[in-house]
Amino acid sequence: MTGRFKPYLAGAAALFASGLAHAGEGAVADEWKWLTFAVFGGIIALTMYITWWAAKRVHTTSEFYAAGRSVSGFQNGWAIAGDYLSAASFLGIAGLIALYGYDGFMYSVGFLVAYITVLLVIAEPCRNIGKYTLGDILAFRNNPKAAKTIAAVSTITVSIFYLTAQMVGGGVLIKTLIGIDYEVSVIGVGVLMLAYVVFGGMVATTWVQIVKAILLVVASLVMVALVWAPYGFSLPGFLDHAVHDEGIQKQVAKLLGTAAANMTPEELGQRFLEPGLFLKNPIDQISLGMALVLGTAGLPHILMRFFTVPNAQEARKSVVWAMVIIGGFYVLTLFLGLGAALNVGPANIVALDKGGNMAAPILAQYLGGGADSMMGNFFLAFVAAVAFATIVAVVAGLVLASASAMAHDIYVGVIRGDHATPDEQVKAARVASVIVGVVAIVIGIAAKGQNVAHLVGMAFAVAASGNLPAVLLTLYWRRCNTGGVVLGMLVGSFSAIALVMVSPNLTYPQAVIKEAKAVLEGTPAKDAVPAKASEGFVCELFAVCQNAEAAKPAAEAKPGAIENLAKLNEKIAALSDPAELDKAKKEAGKLEKDIKKAQDDLKKFEGQTTNLVGIEKPFFRLKNPGIISIPLGFLMVILGSLLFRDKRAEDMWDELYVRQNTGIHAEGATAH
Amino acid sequence: MASPQPDWAAIDRDPRFQALHKKKSSFLWGLMVFSIVFYFLLPFGAAYFQDLFKVKVWGPLNVGLLFALSEFVVAWVIAAVYAKRANREFDAMAAEIARDAHNIKGSK
Repeated sequence: MTGRFKPYLAGAAALFASGLAHAGEGAVADEWKWLTFAVFGGIIALTMYITWWAAKRVHTTSEFYAAGRSVSGFQNGWAIAGDYLSAASFLGIAGLIALYGYDGFMYSVGFLVAYITVLLVIAEPCRNIGKYTLGDILAFRNNPKAAKTIAAVSTITVSIFYLTAQMVGGGVLIKTLIGIDYEVSVIGVGVLMLAYVVFGGMVATTWVQIVKAILLVVASLVMVALVWAPYGFSLPGFLDHAVHDEGIQKQVAKLLGTAAANMTPEELGQRFLEPGLFLKNPIDQISLGMALVLGTAGLPHILMRFFTVPNAQEARKSVVWAMVIIGGFYVLTLFLGLGAALNVGPANIVALDKGGNMAAPILAQYLGGGADSMMGNFFLAFVAAVAFATIVAVVAGLVLASASAMAHDIYVGVIRGDHATPDEQVKAARVASVIVGVVAIVIGIAAKGQNVAHLVGMAFAVAASGNLPAVLLTLYWRRCNTGGVVLGMLVGSFSAIALVMVSPNLTYPQAVIKEAKAVLEGTPAKDAVPAKASEGFVCELFAVCQNAEAAKPAAEAKPGAIENLAKLNEKIAALSDPAELDKAKKEAGKLEKDIKKAQDDLKKFEGQTTNLVGIEKPFFRLKNPGIISIPLGFLMVILGSLLFRDKRAEDMWDELYVRQNTGIHAEGATAH
Repeated sequence: MASPQPDWAAIDRDPRFQALHKKKSSFLWGLMVFSIVFYFLLPFGAAYFQDLFKVKVWGPLNVGLLFALSEFVVAWVIAAVYAKRANREFDAMAAEIARDAHNIKGSK
């Protein structure tokens, strides 16, 4: 095993070195690049050592998929945290809090509460009756081939959505931070992750996730300590400074627009700690909450983690530990986000990345001593490397989940009818991992520059609407059977995907063109528009009738960027004071960038009028489909079960129910 | 899997299993319903009770922030309450049934 592993390692190193050669610009200045690469190299070397160590311990199917079921509850808790805390939650939520205050923090809450469902009704029963995959749980009393096929399709769909978002996000992140080409970082993430999975299976993946979770928590704790210390670790003291911070007050004024006209600076600052700056549609929020709270329990790569512990008691322990770690981390995001807003300022964060994803890394640079100091760049490099490790570890878990669905459910379960030698099974698992890994790299590169923000939401929505109803009712409802599981998973998943495809999450060419034109040419003066009442609840969800709209005050005409730039250039020609000249030139550079972006958008969408699925405007008004697709998923499982009788499913109920509650005949640990 | 299959239907009818089932079900689903209701109070409150959420309690710390932080505490308390009860009570009941599984037969 290790003999095969060495040439691979050399290849990975060569690829990474070629990445260095391509390094262009990024948040780290060129003179400090070596430091960044040293930190990256250190963390990669550590994970490679883990993989080498794990490779010697992975021989059987149970070791490859489930780490021999010998991971302790405490270790698995850290690994779940490592699997779950993606770059989106570390960088994305800190960014949302830095830009929108309170509303960003509401996301954090949902991500933790999700684990109550996992703890109470999913983890232990699944551990008691399952083997390696979601398919095993559903196949227990339903028709095995039908259940395994649909579970595998769903697992691969959910994982590919999640994975694409991670790959694209990772590529962009590495480019913004240290300037490595997008394609190189996508291939780098893919090659590293393949090394962990193919050679070290679940053993390596688990330990990489544990190491990454510890690094993430340590980095966050250090940053929060540095952010909070100047205020004597007093919560009101810290918040008080945020309220009186000019940068935050300006950000709120910008977000509120004309509504901020009569507010005192202190009221503006306080508004940052109140809801409603980012999440404006309450129904959408509730819909998102439903997908988060029920979707996590249906994510195949999270479910798979419960098969790595020896028994149901350890599965319970691992969720409790995961809740402590994940919850603790999400409390820290409040300080990371507000700390970034206080110290770096929302305006500077937006300048680097519109979505605020750079808030945490830039805060790290500031805390270390700023962009010109060694410590500042070391901190930035460390946070960037942790973010990179985060992406690789999460992707590794996702690839393992898809590969197990492909090899264990489809190949061994359906095609070979459960007759395959142990050697064949491990080989199938490795081959499937390589296939999924290569697909992930290809999709990652193909999706360059695409809007992928909706994909993680879609993964959660499909898991909540397709997987969770099927798993929950299989476990707890006697009448549930194959017909219900198949119908529920099909309708639940498809409705979730279809609703997202016609939702405001996607890019609509006409809207982009209109916005780009407004940037270039300015907007004419507008009269005030009175508020409009909704024509009913359905109108809040679908674009079939008039939904409620708040009143819009009159707006003055705004000149476009082209006009502004011409005026500014005239002014620059007349200026002589070097300080003012510098400032004006910076402003001109910003305008030029805006113009370039708008022109690029115009060119990209020229002549297009419809989006990916051929519609001009969003038909579904919410960003999150859960409120419709989740009840639909449950309803269809119930309906399908009642329509199609299945004697085996009913006969097996006693066995399933006794076994899930008592752990009799549960798959045991394999001794090393 | 060398051991013969236990009589699952008989175990299901066994009073000890029925006792475990009743205790566990009401406890679990009760906690589940409570936690879901408590969680959705947050987005509901943030949307429809903004005036309440804006009330300042301790310096700039307002009801909304305190409520969001309380969600963390409640989630941890639920986890602790469940783990304690399961470790102390449910595990022992399940273990006793598992030990005795092969002696429980279908004879009425």
